[in-house]
Amino acid sequence: MDSLLNWITANQQIIYIVILMIFVGIEVIGHVPSVLHTPLMSGANAIHGVVIIGAIIVMGKAESDNYLALIIGFLAVILGTLNVVGGFVVTDRMLEMFKKKKK
Amino acid sequence: MELNILTLCYIIASVTFIVGLKMLSNPAKARNGNLVAAAGMALAIFATIFLYEDGGEKLGNYAWIFGGIIIGSVIGTLAAKKVKMTAMPEMVSLFNGMGGACAALISAAEFNHLYQHYKGPMDIPYSSVMPVGEYITIIAGAIIGSVSFAGSVIAWGKLNGRIKDFAFKGQHLLNIFILLLVLAAAVFAYQSQFKNIMLPFLLLGFFAFLYGVMFVMPIGGADMPVVISLLNSFTGVAAATGGFLYNNKAMLTGGILVGAAGTLLTILMCKAMNRSLTNVLIGSFGGSKAGPAGQKQQGAVKEITLSDAAVVMAYANKVMIVPGYGLAVAQAQHACHELEKLLESKGVNVRYAIHPVAGRMPGHMNVLLAESDVPYEKLLEMEQANEEFATTDVVLILGANDVVNPAAKTDPASPIYGMPILDVELAKNVVVNKRSMKPGYAGIENDLFFRPKTSMLFGDAKKVLQDLVSEIKSM
Repeated sequence: MDSLLNWITANQQIIYIVILMIFVGIEVIGHVPSVLHTPLMSGANAIHGVVIIGAIIVMGKAESDNYLALIIGFLAVILGTLNVVGGFVVTDRMLEMFKKKKK
Repeated sequence: MELNILTLCYIIASVTFIVGLKMLSNPAKARNGNLVAAAGMALAIFATIFLYEDGGEKLGNYAWIFGGIIIGSVIGTLAAKKVKMTAMPEMVSLFNGMGGACAALISAAEFNHLYQHYKGPMDIPYSSVMPVGEYITIIAGAIIGSVSFAGSVIAWGKLNGRIKDFAFKGQHLLNIFILLLVLAAAVFAYQSQFKNIMLPFLLLGFFAFLYGVMFVMPIGGADMPVVISLLNSFTGVAAATGGFLYNNKAMLTGGILVGAAGTLLTILMCKAMNRSLTNVLIGSFGGSKAGPAGQKQQGAVKEITLSDAAVVMAYANKVMIVPGYGLAVAQAQHACHELEKLLESKGVNVRYAIHPVAGRMPGHMNVLLAESDVPYEKLLEMEQANEEFATTDVVLILGANDVVNPAAKTDPASPIYGMPILDVELAKNVVVNKRSMKPGYAGIENDLFFRPKTSMLFGDAKKVLQDLVSEIKSM
């Protein structure tokens, strides 16, 4: 218990960010019209692809003779990139359709 | 200096995520919002690769990093470009699963890293070398990431029909039990001696994976967009645990932002269907409830021949088309547009009535019809459409069912009671195109089909529309 409390104090900045971001996340999409639900979901999906940064760090830190770490990191980088690139491209394709009809 | 630039890049990226998300919820700015967020992401990725350092050491293994990024980009772009409009939600689900798996792998790698670099005695409990906060962060990433990955793959399989709904009695209890096993494995691993740590950690991942599978299994295919949205916010949280782990604010803000926005979006989607999230997750919609609850057939349905249908539409003043999932399945959007143009050339006023949840995802019909160049002004939203039905001569329903079911208004026992519907009955004639008399996704009978104004035109939507076009042309 004590160590948990210490950990909270040591990471209080991060915890503040988490709390504020929760409210920001709720606030920014509060008034989305229902036709945009799917593109918004897809766009948010691409944004959590930011996890790729973690994958890059893992990959970059792995020792070059530790094959398990290399393989895990490599897979993580591929999967993370798929999430980011695929996510943004799919969202763009969906929204392209919306734009076209407005002409 | 370089680290400061990295920090600046992360701050910019975080701002683009927030601004991008904000713009994505506005129809006029949505596309640019997506590009803004993508630009921020690219900045964050390249800044990490070139500027990141830990204790004065730069990242290595550039060949592996760039190899992975190139492979991922090529596959991701091709998959996203090639996928058919109807299969978009599946694709999103799959990409979401990739993100979840990525988060889980990061946790596994960190775990492995700590294990291999540990030099102390092997027979002391893991808890004495691992601070509880950091432990929770690592396993949270592993658990949530695995659940999200497994769930997304199942959701993908359900949407493209490879995996059937699978529900049995006591399934929710079993799910809770599996969840307890996950937590038990987490606690057990923490208490274990250092040398025995791998097995409980692997079990933890396995049970989390199993939970993801079992969690999505009983939920009906029609509710998958809601489930995907929920798993999407899970992955956001999993990404944020990575931010905790590396004290990386861009991962943290991006992840939590998506976690919060995704949760709200999930609730908004449920609201659009007038259902609660609990009802979606444990209601097993359409599976168990639809059975004996007084579903009686009200007399016989009336069929209409193709030529009769062609005649009533060609000589009508106003025709309203109500598209549904049947249209998407049959890929009939182009045939539909062709019929619309032909009728317009004969002086018929043609409009489309779009229910907000018609199809498999909100906005599905708008996207589909836009693909075949149906003009924007012709698509009426539900409220507008409901005002116009009274002056409409023929309503043509193409593979829509639950969104026009009058039970939503009249039958309090119906599972869709209270959902706003399109009041097609106000029109003079209703022509319903369906493949068969099978009920829609809610699994309930539709009274509409038995009403005197209604006539049925059975067949595949695309074929029927093409036949209608040639029939009207030859008139």
